[in-house]
Amino acid sequence: MWIRFKRDRTGVISAFIVLIFFAIAAAAPLIAKAYGKNPYTVYADERPELFDSAGVPIQPNGGISGEFWFGLEPGNGYDVFTKLIYGIRTSLMISIAVTLAVVITGILLGVTAGYVGGKTDYSIGRVIDFLLAFPSQLFFIASMPVVVSLFVSPTDETPTYVRVVALIVVQWVLGWMSLARILRGTTLALREREFIEAAKVSGASPWRIIRREILPNVVTPLLVQSTYLLPNFVTIEAGLSFLGVGIVEPTPDWGQMFSKASTELVLQNDITYMFFPGVSMIIFVVAFNLLGDSVRDAFDPKSAR
Amino acid sequence: MKEDLVLPAPREAAADSAGEPLLQVAGLTKHFPVKGGFPIRRTVGAVQAVDGIDLTVHVGESFGLVGESGCGKSTTGRLITRLMEPTAGTISYRGKDITHASRKQLAPIRSEIQMIFQDPYSSLNPRQTVGKIISGPMEINDIVPEGGREKRVRELLEIVGLNPEHYNRFPHEFSGGQRQRIGVARALALEPKLIVADEPVSALDVSIQAQVVNLLQKVQAELGIAFLFIAHDLAVVRHFSQRVAVMYLGKIIEVGDRESIYTRPRHPYTHALLSAVPEVNLSDETDGGRRERIRLAGDVPSPISPPSGCRFRTRCWKAQDKCAAEEPPLIQISGNHEGHLTACHFPEEPTIEGRDEDIVLDPALAALEEGIEGQ
Ligand SMILES: Nc1ncnc2c1ncn2[C@@H]1O[C@H](COP(=O)(O)OP(=O)(O)OP(=O)(O)O)[C@@H](O)[C@H]1O
Ligand code: SF4
Ligand SMILES: [Mg+2]
Repeated sequence: MWIRFKRDRTGVISAFIVLIFFAIAAAAPLIAKAYGKNPYTVYADERPELFDSAGVPIQPNGGISGEFWFGLEPGNGYDVFTKLIYGIRTSLMISIAVTLAVVITGILLGVTAGYVGGKTDYSIGRVIDFLLAFPSQLFFIASMPVVVSLFVSPTDETPTYVRVVALIVVQWVLGWMSLARILRGTTLALREREFIEAAKVSGASPWRIIRREILPNVVTPLLVQSTYLLPNFVTIEAGLSFLGVGIVEPTPDWGQMFSKASTELVLQNDITYMFFPGVSMIIFVVAFNLLGDSVRDAFDPKSAR
Repeated sequence: MKEDLVLPAPREAAADSAGEPLLQVAGLTKHFPVKGGFPIRRTVGAVQAVDGIDLTVHVGESFGLVGESGCGKSTTGRLITRLMEPTAGTISYRGKDITHASRKQLAPIRSEIQMIFQDPYSSLNPRQTVGKIISGPMEINDIVPEGGREKRVRELLEIVGLNPEHYNRFPHEFSGGQRQRIGVARALALEPKLIVADEPVSALDVSIQAQVVNLLQKVQAELGIAFLFIAHDLAVVRHFSQRVAVMYLGKIIEVGDRESIYTRPRHPYTHALLSAVPEVNLSDETDGGRRERIRLAGDVPSPISPPSGCRFRTRCWKAQDKCAAEEPPLIQISGNHEGHLTACHFPEEPTIEGRDEDIVLDPALAALEEGIEGQ
């Protein structure tokens, strides 16, 4: 399986790219330190000579220079490079948290429904149907402020961690169903296999059967699904931040950079600003999806290429 | 297979009086509800998979259970190993009623009743090594044999004729026959007293079937384990079982010692099954003589609505009105040996010699045979 994966060049390259992104995200503070800047410094105040009266960098291409590799943000004049790597960090941390929550929920509910069957299966199945029938895009947007207001009163300033938690909760609640459904199906098929009966004949408890006999057999669909889920959550998170219901300034965030890029000031004066978050996200999502394909192929050589 | 096998000495099981019943099943019944109807699903009927069967397996004995596909053999096996909950009837093991015992109550008995499965490809977890598979039952029951579990697994692998070095391999690296041996090793791991073997060889190549049957026979003889051996024809159990029961549509229609069933069968269905067994005429009486030939027509009727009276009457050439009206009891017919019971109103002669005319109940088959003979 590992050998099959290594032979797949697309898979190896995309895995490499994905790993680089994770490394950048993990090492963002270190990189920023070595680079000598941070994403919170308002260069419009510190170095006013770099900006015109509207707050747009004077130098061409959004102020790209040896000092500011990716330029400066129009308006407050944040450094784009550090902002981007910190943004990737925020985005990936949120998406990983969501993926973990979804995987755990998916296993718990999906495998339980499949193994126990009967009424449990029926009720979990109906909950899944109900949630899947939701217009999730709309619901994401609508529910974010609601969830946030659960934690803080509308008059107070919303702390960043509350927004992060709300983002995770909303995506989790509306994101676990497809995985749970797939795991339920796999478990249902496994339950009929004779090795489960063999374990029962020896007196194994249901818990042990799930843990030792079923879980090792659902690792494949689990891994494959997770590699599709994570980039999906990255885009959803970006979308929410873009629409202004996710992470807001001054916290750096991948998606929020798009939202910044589409403001009138930036859009009209500094198209280059859009380039870096845009291209990096496209590369990330495409690479991750290709990786997902390769993982699936490696696990299941029968699905033809 | 190696000759100098390391076998633990036969346990006291074999020394027990052979008459003591190990497993006793009475009136065992399993009906699967059939759901239907729209829009409200409700129970509209029942598959009478097993319908009131009695059987007894003695200590160290090998008992064969034979019948066509779908007659309820697997269901019986699964009821006895308590993988399924019986609808009615009782199962007692060593005099202890286990019919509705819970998993916890069964715990002390679990190690004594084991099962070998039909499909060697589905009975081993593809993600566990052979070592894990075989030591699983020991782990579950918290048994640590002398010298550790790994040593015991290696011993077991040797007993079933596999290389102990295969400990760390995965099931997909083995052939069907080897996998079935792994299944046997797993069943032996707990030193059981009764093994339910559900068609353990019917998924295997004919050439390998004999090897596995020999292995089981050796295990049975040397370890003194009682077997409930399920098979779909009489050929496989012939050399294996001391007693044989023939099942048809959820009922036992004839049961007796091997001698009686193979040479003096009384039930028409047993006659039909025997006539399908190749080279069965090893007994003296039939040497040289022609064997009877019976071809059964049609399919087994649906177990959802089995025929009234005798369930075999739709395919029986001796059926009369009485057969539809009255269910024949499973009794000892005069002239039969002790313990040879038959459920038939009009039993056949106790012989398997050829008759004047072949009974061919399938017109298509008859035409085919005429064509062949005419050539
Ligand atoms: N879980 C179940 N639900 C409903 N019906 C079942 C179930 N299991 C078995 N049956 C039915 O019960 C009958 C007996 O099945 P069983 O598996 O015991 O037959 P069998 O004698 O083992 O056949 P085979 O030789 O094909 O294995 C069949 O008609 C089958 O369709
Ligand atoms: S009871 Fe009647 S139908 Fe049934 S086997 Fe005997 S003769 Fe045939
Ligand atoms: Mg069966």
